[in-house]
Amino acid sequence: MAEYKQPKTEAEFQENFAQKKPLMNDTEAFYESSRCLFCYDAPCMTACPTGIDVPLFIKQINTGNKVGAAKTIFDSNWLGNACGTICPTGVLCEGACVYNHQDVPSIQIGRLQNHATNVVIKENIQIFKPGKSNGKKVAVIGAGPAGIACACELRTMGYEVDIFEAKDKPSGLTVYGIAPYKITNKEVLDEMEYLQSQLKYNIHYNHKIESKEQLQKLEQDYDAIYLGVGLGATAELGLNGEDKSNVIGAVEFIEELRMKHHEVKVPSTVVVIGGGNTAMDAASEAARMGAETVTLAYRRSKESMGAYGFEYKLAVSSGVKGVFNAQPVEIIGNGAATGVKFIKTEVKDGKLNYIEGSEFVIPAEMVIMATGQAKQGSFLSLIDGLELDKRNKIVVNTETYQTTNPKYFAGGDAVNGGAEVVNAAYEGKRAAHGIEQHLHSILNA
Amino acid sequence: MDLSINFAGIKSPNPFWLASAPPTNSGYQVMKAFDAGWGGAVWKTLGVPVINVSSRYGSINYRNTRMAGFNNIELITDRPLADNLKEIEEVKKHWPDHAVIASLMVETKAEWHQIIKDVENAGADGIELNFGCPHGMCERGMGSAVGQEPAVLKTIVEWVMEVAKIPVITKLTPNISHIEEPGLAAVQGGTDALSLINTIKSIVGIDLDSYAPYPVVDGKGTNGGYCGPAVKPIAMQMLKELAQHKEIKDTPISGIGGIETWRDVVEFILLGAESVQVCTAAMHYGFGIVREMEAGLKQFMSDKGYNTIYDFKGKALPNVTEWKHLNLKHKVVAEIDKDKCVGCDLCYIACDDGAHQAIRIPEGNGNRIPEIIDENCVGCNLCSLVCPVEECITMVKRDDGSQHVTWNEKSMADEIPTTFNDDRAGGKGHFVPSVEDALKHRK
Repeated sequence: MAEYKQPKTEAEFQENFAQKKPLMNDTEAFYESSRCLFCYDAPCMTACPTGIDVPLFIKQINTGNKVGAAKTIFDSNWLGNACGTICPTGVLCEGACVYNHQDVPSIQIGRLQNHATNVVIKENIQIFKPGKSNGKKVAVIGAGPAGIACACELRTMGYEVDIFEAKDKPSGLTVYGIAPYKITNKEVLDEMEYLQSQLKYNIHYNHKIESKEQLQKLEQDYDAIYLGVGLGATAELGLNGEDKSNVIGAVEFIEELRMKHHEVKVPSTVVVIGGGNTAMDAASEAARMGAETVTLAYRRSKESMGAYGFEYKLAVSSGVKGVFNAQPVEIIGNGAATGVKFIKTEVKDGKLNYIEGSEFVIPAEMVIMATGQAKQGSFLSLIDGLELDKRNKIVVNTETYQTTNPKYFAGGDAVNGGAEVVNAAYEGKRAAHGIEQHLHSILNA
Repeated sequence: MDLSINFAGIKSPNPFWLASAPPTNSGYQVMKAFDAGWGGAVWKTLGVPVINVSSRYGSINYRNTRMAGFNNIELITDRPLADNLKEIEEVKKHWPDHAVIASLMVETKAEWHQIIKDVENAGADGIELNFGCPHGMCERGMGSAVGQEPAVLKTIVEWVMEVAKIPVITKLTPNISHIEEPGLAAVQGGTDALSLINTIKSIVGIDLDSYAPYPVVDGKGTNGGYCGPAVKPIAMQMLKELAQHKEIKDTPISGIGGIETWRDVVEFILLGAESVQVCTAAMHYGFGIVREMEAGLKQFMSDKGYNTIYDFKGKALPNVTEWKHLNLKHKVVAEIDKDKCVGCDLCYIACDDGAHQAIRIPEGNGNRIPEIIDENCVGCNLCSLVCPVEECITMVKRDDGSQHVTWNEKSMADEIPTTFNDDRAGGKGHFVPSVEDALKHRK
């Protein structure tokens, strides 16, 4: 019997997808914040990609200055609330907490962070305002974490900002691609609303930039363009049978789940192919949707998976079974998939070898391909002089996030190949300063 | 092992007494306290009953530690004397071997004589004169108003001693520069014993909306009396002053001020107290808190081989001396246990910003474990005090014990600095970073 019953109502869905990091109440936040040592040159702060002054905001929570704490957080990270919830804190700030060295539980920094940011978002306490207009305009392509962070930062400096978003919601994968037990849609969108209501950038939804003409128009109308385009759909592996109707990409599966919740039907046997964090999420989610058998198949060993150990453990605790050293060969079935054929693998002299004659089939009524997202190569090739590296990632100056086309700046998954929301938030913010520096230098040239 | 005491003639099965305060407001409470293990109780001060205000207590919380300091603006008993006397009598019927001490505060000689007779008739084992309350009652010429005037105090003690047939304890206020003055006045007036400290005149906080001090009474407040763990160091210092005073030291002293644990109890006894009185801890945790005190005291006595309280009473007094008699040749240096260090670097920044720049963080290796710069370390203890890890930083003795020179001896030998730029200055030649070094790590 599976760990989870198939959710038939929104309430049952919420039960199966209970938040991993629920909000702290005032008492819990008070006691937890009291434990912080206020380390010198604190390791948690260094471990945060956005460098949030963690000891400061914790002290502020402890002394009853929650609005100040929220300001400290947002000053470094425009997606401070989302990151508190979805960041892999165990390998970032909380992993760096000095308490770990004495086997004392680390400070729950992520939950404390949410405690503070939730106060200002919920009560709509305005702590930021746009800078005095400098008459310059920036177009941001993509309302994901990188684009939003860039827009917020630019607005504080007085830029006018128009964001062009292909979908109908802001925050990109934060709302479309994060496992639902990590953050709710409402929580994500409330933060987006909170930021936009203060900083007043424009978002043009359902407005996909996809042609040379559109880009040329942007180049004409704006002083700089920021590319926060992220990655594309799940990349195809080129397997036989991959086009069957019940074979779905992990990103697409998660997006559908996030938008439709209990209305998504997951059959009783599911195979998830992949070894990254997205594979773990998809597998956990399939199990929470009531699938009786969820098999996570990875072509190499358990240890060589790209996913964080805690994400794999979470999947296992949801009822997922791991199968390792199994390379998918073919998706079988007449019409719809009925299973996946694998061949066993082993690593010899650092090379992955297939073991002849070891083929086996795992039955599946649904196959989720968590094998990475395609790059936006064809779109990016429309931009003159924009250099991509050999993996189709945008090449940028790592200080200014300026691309090889000086008018374009970029950040987030399209640059880093796929990382955390917190990395995108940092890169978007840095790029805003890169843009400022660039336009200033043009002015003075 | 025998925890019992005979405190100036007041017999008690152990040295744990409840101080005169809200926990001893009624016979009900005192009975419960004795049942919980307290050996004695000083009844909430009797006198002409008062009218109290609502909103009476305030506290200092240190981070998540509640009531590290506590203050009150409650006055003496607001219950009729007859009710209190009846309850004293009842308590003594149930607990004949426990100490019931009546705290008293009245104005005239006639009142003193009358109320002493009353409490003696009720069966009280002793009397405590409340010359301490620093709020409310002092405005009416009682409490600390008496304790702050040694001559007045002495006169009242003399009135009391004219009639008292049971032992008399004089309770002193700490709201005075030299505690030995009222202490001596009480002894000269003939008191049988002393107790201290009463509460310290205080404002514990200001409400940031009403701009009034806590506890706020309808938009206003007044100074209160401060007690609780925060006042213990002040109490112990005053206890020591009395216990070392040649004309006071033979008078039994009941120690009061921030006592909550067995350690506090032992420390007060080591400084010369014969009984201890507790209020805040009982108000915070209830009478059951005495369990820990008794168990800990017994463990300490067993570990050290003591059979009675008197075996170690005052044992620390010979070691409490004046600064000028401390050995200037004694040298300790901090040592960090690298295996225990968690890398919080609080010791580094405490030393660098707050002390003597004797700790560095090795550069370049990504290692946060700090190092002591031996030659700069003055042995101040600060790093060991801020370190959050148990027994990680220890102060290690570096002198061989062969040399002993005190300020007193040095000054007699004319070896002390006497001018502003004297070469004999203790810090002469001691390492101090250059002024510009302050900006080295500026970002």
